[in-house]
Amino acid sequence: MDHHPPPAPPLLSLVGVSKSFGTVHALQDVSLELRGGEIHGLCGENGAGKSTLVKTIAGVHRPDAGHVEAEGRATAFSAPADAQRAGVAVIYQEPTLFPDLSVAENIFMGRQPLARGRRIDRRAMREAAEGLFARLGVRIDPDRPARGLSIADQQLVEIAKAMSFDARVLVMDEPTAALSGVEVERLFAVARSLRGDGAAVLFISHRFDEIFALCDRITVMRDGRHISTDPVAELTAGDLVRRMVGREVATLFPKQDVAPGETVLEVEGLHRAGVFADVGLSVRAGEIVALAGLVGAGRSEVVRAVFGVDRYDSGTVRVSGRRLPPGRPSAAMAAGVALVPEDRRQQGLVMEMSIERNATLTRRWSLSRLGLLRRRDEERAAAEWARRLQLKAGRLSDAVTTLSGGNQQKVVLAKWLATEPRLLIVDEPTRGIDVGTKAEVHRLLSELAGQGIAVLMVSSELPEVLGMADRVLVMHEGRISAELSRDEATEESVMYAATGQEGRAA
Amino acid sequence: MSGTDDTGAPAAPAPAPAPAPAGTAPRTRTRPPNGAGPPPERVEEHGGGDVRTGRRIRQVRELGILLALVLLVAVTALASPGFLSGQSVRDLLLGATLLTILAVGQSMVLITRNVDLSVGSVMGLSAFAVGLLFVSFPGLPTPVVMLAGVLVGTACGVVNGVLVAAARVPALVVTLGTLYMFRGIDFWWASGRQVNAADMPEGFLGLARISLLGIPLPAAIAAAVVLAAGWYLRNYRSGRELYAVGSEPAAARLVGIPVDRRVFAPFVVNGSLAGLAGVLYAARFGTLDATVGTGLELEVVAAAVVGGVAIFGGSGTVYGAALGALLLSAIDAALPMLRVDSFWQQAVVGLLILISIGLDRLLALRTARRLRGGGSRGA
Repeated sequence: MDHHPPPAPPLLSLVGVSKSFGTVHALQDVSLELRGGEIHGLCGENGAGKSTLVKTIAGVHRPDAGHVEAEGRATAFSAPADAQRAGVAVIYQEPTLFPDLSVAENIFMGRQPLARGRRIDRRAMREAAEGLFARLGVRIDPDRPARGLSIADQQLVEIAKAMSFDARVLVMDEPTAALSGVEVERLFAVARSLRGDGAAVLFISHRFDEIFALCDRITVMRDGRHISTDPVAELTAGDLVRRMVGREVATLFPKQDVAPGETVLEVEGLHRAGVFADVGLSVRAGEIVALAGLVGAGRSEVVRAVFGVDRYDSGTVRVSGRRLPPGRPSAAMAAGVALVPEDRRQQGLVMEMSIERNATLTRRWSLSRLGLLRRRDEERAAAEWARRLQLKAGRLSDAVTTLSGGNQQKVVLAKWLATEPRLLIVDEPTRGIDVGTKAEVHRLLSELAGQGIAVLMVSSELPEVLGMADRVLVMHEGRISAELSRDEATEESVMYAATGQEGRAA
Repeated sequence: MSGTDDTGAPAAPAPAPAPAPAGTAPRTRTRPPNGAGPPPERVEEHGGGDVRTGRRIRQVRELGILLALVLLVAVTALASPGFLSGQSVRDLLLGATLLTILAVGQSMVLITRNVDLSVGSVMGLSAFAVGLLFVSFPGLPTPVVMLAGVLVGTACGVVNGVLVAAARVPALVVTLGTLYMFRGIDFWWASGRQVNAADMPEGFLGLARISLLGIPLPAAIAAAVVLAAGWYLRNYRSGRELYAVGSEPAAARLVGIPVDRRVFAPFVVNGSLAGLAGVLYAARFGTLDATVGTGLELEVVAAAVVGGVAIFGGSGTVYGAALGALLLSAIDAALPMLRVDSFWQQAVVGLLILISIGLDRLLALRTARRLRGGGSRGA
């Protein structure tokens, strides 16, 4: 299976590409060569910049610095159509289908086979779609609408779409996450036959077995930077894990040691078909429990179900011994549960409203007199929290949009801490926040635990998980695959459990 | 629907990592499903459930409106036999003409997940422009004046389209603004004047009385518009891309569809059709002032929605919208014949809209369930 492609100019390469979103450096000076006749693996933790890299290749993002070269010539993809014309096909991590249109139309949108008079030749389109599915060895009716397809079937439609391009460069961003074994094998067969035809394939996966089975060279990324590129024969899974996490656990994590008190949260047998299964966990007062795992492992879904935002099929959630009725966030709040959501812009804040209004949103009943909110009380309450959380803001009457990401997160925290919760659930508390503010959020969480609040923290950042948590629960594909004490939890052990490779220490 | 699991991937056998020695790379295929190599000739049935369900339901959707129309006509004809007389049917068709043309244009806009509320004003502006041209330049040939009326609508459509597609202002807001703006221009221009039938040439006013094979000319024009738009939307790439844009704008960008252009064009077409409707209005009624078409926009949207065009874009056909327009017109014509109070006419239209939206929702849920059905995955 060893491939040693002759040194030819790479079909596509990134040269010194950088890309930032606000203060977040998604890519920093990344160079990568995709050669014809080669399958190139790309590994990295969540947030390492893989998806940004994919979107740069696809023409969705334009690099801030550096450029993309196609067959040795510098090009500027200013739109996805440009990349497509250059022979780049992309299978995105999340399917991008048109639910109202038929499967065949989804595959050939914009490139439908034409009959006389530039009319769409439906029969030819249908037959071509059937041919693609035959190559993949699946049968999906090309005439059915894409709405209602399972995630796996949607992914197969995406793969068929990419195949239909006859692409010179095929990029696959975690295409196998939802596929079964047979489907993965068929996808691999397609990728290998493309390689045989001289195409370049970029394959992104969290499953090391797949990476090693399929790829010729492997690139590791971390924190938006290129770390290494090596032939597969010179690498082991252990090497990859070390390079992916490979940084010192910073001393930015002032976790206080607290003797845990009584059990605050108890979850048993929580199940939701297709999302998570048999989830059991408990959090005690004063304890910080981290829920680690890869994106899509079902962590956010679990905490949302616990809080009652999402439904669940079976299982129980108890807070301080009392059972929470499913699907009722107000009951959870009354029981002393607070949820700081993953997406603060969409779910955590009302962006156009003022800082003080946002901060007092959860207490609008207790702050009101005769059903009317009094501005003075709101201002006083908000000012108090701004002081306690060291909020850096101009005026509290300004819109939340004027704040930096980290200070926005503080407002969300203030909003929930004001309800005096017994259990604080934080979902990705420091995503998109600069390092300094990160440490402040960590200090705050630690203090809260010190005051006896039970904290359940969903985090994709390993250093944060390892630095902050008393216990680490790792989720993999909807199930809790490992429970690690603070001593047992290392970057390697968490990463192995998160990728579903239990029982193998590095 | 079926009792099998619909859990998707998690139900598939978990990838069983081959027992590789610690620290070494597993170089072989390590995902043997069910412990055996995949039989390559095996083909999996995917998607499960009723294969043609989606398409069938869409047809049923339009059939339902047709059925309601037939039922209404039958009941009315039984109660008042005069309803089916030749003249009465001609009146019905003529009455439905304007609404149908406007509903076709509106549907194209709705399909891209936008809306045009200014159509009533555009129609009024175009109708008055036609009248005023005849008054001011009596020598102008009728076709030139008609074309000018259509172009007035086109220009209004361009304004809407630019504001929505280029300036990225939500269509609801833009066209609410232009609704008043175009109406205001109309009032300013008319400044209280009225154009009467006597001001317009006989040849123009006679258009409505011309019949092709028993069908009034305006109705024939409307039918041609419906067929042309339906043909275009179904058979041309750019037509399908309108659906794609409305169905999932983000995905449309990713596959390289020029989204802004696809949003812009329907506004222009819709403006032109509203202009055409204004011309036909002038020819039919002959009496024109600045209030022509006031409040029509909601009836137009209602016709499209009753006809199965989704208000959130991505689905529906102009045939359905045309049927919806016909049904609403028939209700308008039938209820007085059935001696129903005029208050109830509006209530019936409202009820119909609610029923049709409820029906859509129900069908969508059922389709989704049936399409998910199967669960025959998991090799």
